[in-house]
Amino acid sequence: MDQPVLSVEGLSIAFKSGREWRGVVRDMSFTVAPGETVALVGESGSGKSVTSLAIMGLLDRRQSRPTGSVLMNGTELLNLPEPAMRQIRGNQVAMIFQEPMTSLNPVFTVGRQIGEALDRQGAMSREQVRSEVLRLMERVRIPNAATRIDEYPHQFSGGMRQRVMIAMALASRPRLLIADEPTTALDVTIQGQILDLIKELQQETGMAVLFITHDMGVVAEIADRTVVMYRGDCVETGATETVFARPEHPYTAALLAAVPRLGSMQGAPLPRRFPRIDTTDGTIISEPPLQRQIDRKAMPVLSVRNLVTRFAVGADLLGRAKGHVHAVENVSFDLWQGETLSLVGESGCGKSTTGRSILRLIEPRSGEVTLDGFDVMELRGSALQRMRRAGQMIFQDPFSSLNPRMTIGQSVAEPILKHGIAKGREARALAADLLGQVGLDGSMFDRYPHEFSGGQRQRVAIARVLGLSPKLIVADESVSALDVSIKAQVCNLLMDLQDRLGIAYLFISHDMAVVERVSHRVAVMYLGEIVEIGPREAIFANPQHPYTRKLIAAVPIPDPARRGMRRAAAADELKSPIRPRGHVAPRREWRDLGAGHLVMQTG
Amino acid sequence: MTSLDAFPARRQSRVWSKLRRNPSALAGAAIVAFFAALALLAPLLPIADPLATSWSAIRKAPSAAHLMGTDEIGRDVLSRMIWGAQASLMAGVISVAIALVTGVPIGLLAGYFGGWTDTVISRFTDALLAMPFLIMAIALAAFLGPSLMNAMIAIGLSAMPVFVRLTRGQVMAVRTEDYVEGARAVGLGHIDIMWRHILPNIVPPLIVQATLTVATAIIAEASLSFLGLGQQAPAPSWGSMLNVAKNFLSQAPWMALWPGAAIFLVVIGFNLLGDGLRDALDPRED
Repeated sequence: MDQPVLSVEGLSIAFKSGREWRGVVRDMSFTVAPGETVALVGESGSGKSVTSLAIMGLLDRRQSRPTGSVLMNGTELLNLPEPAMRQIRGNQVAMIFQEPMTSLNPVFTVGRQIGEALDRQGAMSREQVRSEVLRLMERVRIPNAATRIDEYPHQFSGGMRQRVMIAMALASRPRLLIADEPTTALDVTIQGQILDLIKELQQETGMAVLFITHDMGVVAEIADRTVVMYRGDCVETGATETVFARPEHPYTAALLAAVPRLGSMQGAPLPRRFPRIDTTDGTIISEPPLQRQIDRKAMPVLSVRNLVTRFAVGADLLGRAKGHVHAVENVSFDLWQGETLSLVGESGCGKSTTGRSILRLIEPRSGEVTLDGFDVMELRGSALQRMRRAGQMIFQDPFSSLNPRMTIGQSVAEPILKHGIAKGREARALAADLLGQVGLDGSMFDRYPHEFSGGQRQRVAIARVLGLSPKLIVADESVSALDVSIKAQVCNLLMDLQDRLGIAYLFISHDMAVVERVSHRVAVMYLGEIVEIGPREAIFANPQHPYTRKLIAAVPIPDPARRGMRRAAAADELKSPIRPRGHVAPRREWRDLGAGHLVMQTG
Repeated sequence: MTSLDAFPARRQSRVWSKLRRNPSALAGAAIVAFFAALALLAPLLPIADPLATSWSAIRKAPSAAHLMGTDEIGRDVLSRMIWGAQASLMAGVISVAIALVTGVPIGLLAGYFGGWTDTVISRFTDALLAMPFLIMAIALAAFLGPSLMNAMIAIGLSAMPVFVRLTRGQVMAVRTEDYVEGARAVGLGHIDIMWRHILPNIVPPLIVQATLTVATAIIAEASLSFLGLGQQAPAPSWGSMLNVAKNFLSQAPWMALWPGAAIFLVVIGFNLLGDGLRDALDPRED
């Protein structure tokens, strides 16, 4: 093997906490050879990002203390003085981050930002810089680079911004690229494109890549070797194929088993709980599928007809909107008791707006919504508040969905008290019982949200809405921000509650593998419209609409043996749902494939 | 408001115990408490009459008879300092309370409802903010008539627009949080959402602004007193003492030193206390 570009030996990192030093990473060792991709995998808090920051020398020197050895082409990076470190950072290592929305400076053009990284010595003329920037933008396959070079970051989509970030990283011809969750914030189809791009660029330049991710699917797709981290320890290192085929450490086995796999539900009509995994010995205990049968002859709990929600954009001299974002366009569906309908699609397709419009958290423009007998669109004032008992919502971000200044108990009890379901001691007992139902301890009652992990907070959010005995829960990306194992647990909890209480879920998600597990039926949304809807089995086994097929094909498969089976997708962007004023939505025709499987006709 | 009586007030003890562990907050509290005690106990303390003049003791330097010296008409500075603490502290605290009580609800409404409510309120505060703070306080005080109470109202109302704007901005940031939308989704009304979910989360910047404004208000009261619009002569306040003293800086520096130092200390005291309170009220800081 070649001389490694990066060689980490016995790296430990301690952080200052109060007066003590607390170890967050212990005894990490790995190497990255030229042209090789090494994935650093682990769940949140495992220390993977801290490790990469230590390599880059980006940790605050007063607050952290890295020990051990980090060799970059033979140079020891730990304790290197800052000016020398800056040279290394500029020329030998480059880094791309997770959040493409915040890692570009909004007030400079994209071309200028790439040029800045290119010409720090000031040795190149302006024309040289510009032509080099153009070349880089073409290399990262930004369409129409010549016109887009003078545009600002806000004019670029998330995927395109990540390409700009990669172009900036490539500008200095780094020997090593550190990519910290570069595709986590992106849609699946865009994620696939960015992964392909990184692989291609690596083949062209022979640079080494250290890829940090929590997503086993992405690891299988891109990494030659894999380093698994668990709570600050490196538990397993090896060739990706070996790690996936024969994991040695129980934690790795558990992590792999927890990854929802697309296609694992073939031939099962009802949703099925995720298997339980024992992280100490890696044994997998499979769980039974849901029992409850759905009576589709009964009245649907939720019935949506021709729902339209638009947002005004811009204003002309008379204050009229210049155009509208057609966020939800002519959406219709039914949802029965005890059923889960998943709304899938990429960001900006209108799936969240649909969920909010149904509960009137956003005012829809037209359409009919019937929820548990309420004509939702006609409700005013206190009647609207009563309806809100029947239809509840759980949000995506567990860190902002609970009021940080209310205790867990107060949060859970608030709706109970407000709707007069119980009072005083009784309310407290009921709230404690609800916490028990979601698998939390009553002793957590008087603690504040910041003392809880993301998964626990999401459980609290569920307990809070359960107190109102809702008929419908809109779960808006409710498990997307959670680690795989926690994600499985929260999904199982939702399914348990459904089986027991017959709650209907409108499950909004972009994660196809989770959707396959939890739903009875699936609706695919694209640019505000449902392009395909039907039983989950039919949608996954027999997708008819081209967009559905594209979406399913883009999901990374956590199996390195099947790598590269996706065809290279073009570098395209999601079209805009903004239409000029006076735009009349075209009439849509639907084809019925039986069993409620409907597909929008294209062309 | 929903009653949450069934939930023990663990919060108070928690805030207090956190405050107790913060030495600078304790120092601030001690300073504020010291001056507050002086102000309250002024009638009981064995000190000279703050209004008694003496032609034989004009501008005397500190001595055993007059620990802080005497002023330009022979009044005991120590006694005037202690009695003056009443006017100054009241001016600081009450005018800020007036600004908070009027400004925060208006800012809440503007930030929460947005739209026309916001436009009307914001344009109005913009207009008020366009006038310099002190000029507006003087105009209002002149309009209301000269007295300490009117001066406090004038200062409070002049400081109000800052609180409206601060509250509005904070509310707009907090309003987009999921827990606010979640509160709507569980069927809470506007008042509940504003009172229980938004207000507690915007308290920290308000506390900081309020403690800083206490300092400004003490100084503003001094200016108004100087113009004859605040504390009426011969009754003492630190501000009016300072304003008279500036004429005698070279001959009798102690006349300026004591009120200046007192204002400085009280302002520091309020700021330290405010910082400590902000941290103690935040459940995330442990």
